[in-house]
Amino acid sequence: MTGVARLSAALWRRAWLRAALTLSPPLAWFLVIYLASLVVMLVTAFWTVNPFTNNLQHQLSLTNFAALFDAPIPAIIARTVLIAALVTITDAVIALPFAYFMARVATPRVRNALFVAVLLPLWASYLARVYAWIVILTQDGTLDWTTQHLGLGSPNIAYTNLAMGIVFCYIWLPFMILPIYGAFERIPDSYFEASADLGARNPRTLRSVVLPLVLPGVVAGSIFTFSLTLGDFITPLLIGSGSGTNLIGNVIYDNIGLANNLPFAAALAVVPIVIMIFYLLGARALGAFEAM
Amino acid sequence: MRYKTFSRKKGQRAAMMVALALPLVIAGWVGGAAASPGATAKSTSSAITPPTQNMAPQKSIGKGEGQLNLIAWEGYAQPEWVKPFENQTGCTVNVKYAGTSSEMVSLMANGGGGQYDLVSASGDADLRLIYGGDVKPVNIKLIPSWSQLRPFLQSPDFNTINGVHYGVSLQFGPNDLLYSTKVFPKAPTSWSVIYSKKYSGKITIPNNPIQIADAALYLSVHEPSLGIKDPYELTEPQFTAAVNLLKAERPLIKDYWSLASAEISLFANGEVVVGAAWPYQTGQLKAEGAKVGDTIPSEGATGWADSWLLATKAPHPNCAYKWMSYITTPQVQAEQAVSYGETPDNSLACPLMNKLQKGSCDSLHANEPDAYFKTIKFWKTPLAQCDNGKNDCVPFQQWQTAWTQITG
Repeated sequence: MTGVARLSAALWRRAWLRAALTLSPPLAWFLVIYLASLVVMLVTAFWTVNPFTNNLQHQLSLTNFAALFDAPIPAIIARTVLIAALVTITDAVIALPFAYFMARVATPRVRNALFVAVLLPLWASYLARVYAWIVILTQDGTLDWTTQHLGLGSPNIAYTNLAMGIVFCYIWLPFMILPIYGAFERIPDSYFEASADLGARNPRTLRSVVLPLVLPGVVAGSIFTFSLTLGDFITPLLIGSGSGTNLIGNVIYDNIGLANNLPFAAALAVVPIVIMIFYLLGARALGAFEAM
Repeated sequence: MRYKTFSRKKGQRAAMMVALALPLVIAGWVGGAAASPGATAKSTSSAITPPTQNMAPQKSIGKGEGQLNLIAWEGYAQPEWVKPFENQTGCTVNVKYAGTSSEMVSLMANGGGGQYDLVSASGDADLRLIYGGDVKPVNIKLIPSWSQLRPFLQSPDFNTINGVHYGVSLQFGPNDLLYSTKVFPKAPTSWSVIYSKKYSGKITIPNNPIQIADAALYLSVHEPSLGIKDPYELTEPQFTAAVNLLKAERPLIKDYWSLASAEISLFANGEVVVGAAWPYQTGQLKAEGAKVGDTIPSEGATGWADSWLLATKAPHPNCAYKWMSYITTPQVQAEQAVSYGETPDNSLACPLMNKLQKGSCDSLHANEPDAYFKTIKFWKTPLAQCDNGKNDCVPFQQWQTAWTQITG
């Protein structure tokens, strides 16, 4: 037997070796580039910055984690989680009927058009979409102009937490619609028939058959909307007023660079990680990962 | 996949334990390594000197290396003056634009990483770069137009330490008081208007920790008992007083602006009537026909001054020196000043500016006497070490923390 043939025979006999060889490059990439950088960041959170030389001091200390409890950081964390939760709920409420229509009512042609409509904003730059909302929300912007002409006064909500919430809802909506659409699509038609045969009317079918089957899709979508809001720093910088609109993301951003307070930024970055760990554990209990 | 739940869970728990324990183990290991003999941090009470202070600068400018890599503010490397430079010197200019001082500091890490030659840093980043060892001494004798720079910008304390230059000054401008002429028929004479309840909800200031210096400058006049001499070197009580002033101001603020364009639209829409700004905003607003004016109140003002600083590991030093020489000549100074809307450092640039754009020398204050510029305290990085050698000043990290507290 030639060497190549012998090798291939050996691989064929040992399935575990085949799997190990196929998986090791992506696994190595994942471990070295992805996990290692996370670990380095977590390690940095235990260091401090020398106030005189601005250099990192490689001595273990918990001061950065203690600083997380100093005002106004707890309030900023609470604000971020609250906005992320409200954005998630709003997106779910918008996405549920939309995804239902797409999956179960629309003709294939309309469904394709709606798919394009949902995905189209993702093709444009994030910044362009945020700036578009500044134009809409600012004083004498599109919104003010419209309400003034309708005689409803001028809401003038640019540079507020409400404005940030609206922009987040808009930007992350596709990430909520797609998993819910998938969940709706997977419900077999026979379930509806069976429910009707058993005498259930539409509301009862919706409550007892459809919602339980769609819930994992909603939770899967909420993982995206919640975690993306938790970490975003561009929207608070551009749409927030700076006064009472700081979020975790932009406070981390502010502490890197000129301030060079990498350890504190790393400690603060642990907060969304911990929140997401609990969130994902809860999502798993609700079966969200089967719908992704 | 509901089967095999038990073993999967066990495996996951083990993986999670490892993931949680790993950082601690590594931190302990790295921490232990750093704390090994000989590697302990030097006593922090001794005076700090820039790490590159004793590097000997080059004695002459040799032949160009054919390339020049710049980190610059957007608008600082326009084709009008880059193209002629490339033709004269044969140095092809590659520019990396930075959006913030923080980004510049990050890009310049490790002496520019052997990639970048020069950075157009502002005063708030200069000392960070100098004391970080990211920039190195410059032989100022090799830059002929240096002697034409306004005297106070030849060896300013934001780019020259212990008589050693780390670059050459470029352009500057004041952080002045912008006001609506509808509300203020006469220019306000004091910064007190931005701390006054009378204009509550109609005030805007920059979203930048260096704004604490503006409050300190105000207090240096109105609370002389605090003894503030330099708004960038504040002791703990002085710093606290400035922060408290800004905390009291917060309910009066309509918006802490992050972008000049945001402040322009706030004034253009009439959402604010007074605020801290740059002359650039005034020019833009007047061009739009908005009724605004700007002034430097009696307390003086803070200001920004940019310098081209030389990276410690600059791969094209000859082209870098040629650029520093070129960019400080009167004609190029005038071009950049008019193009960007800032004040040139070269005192001979004024007539050339008026040739490029009528009246631009006056509107950008390029012909004011030195006494006018003495009222401007230029940005510099707040360090723990004060100028008097004592180590009781509040460093920039704390400025950032306090700024987060102020803005909430």
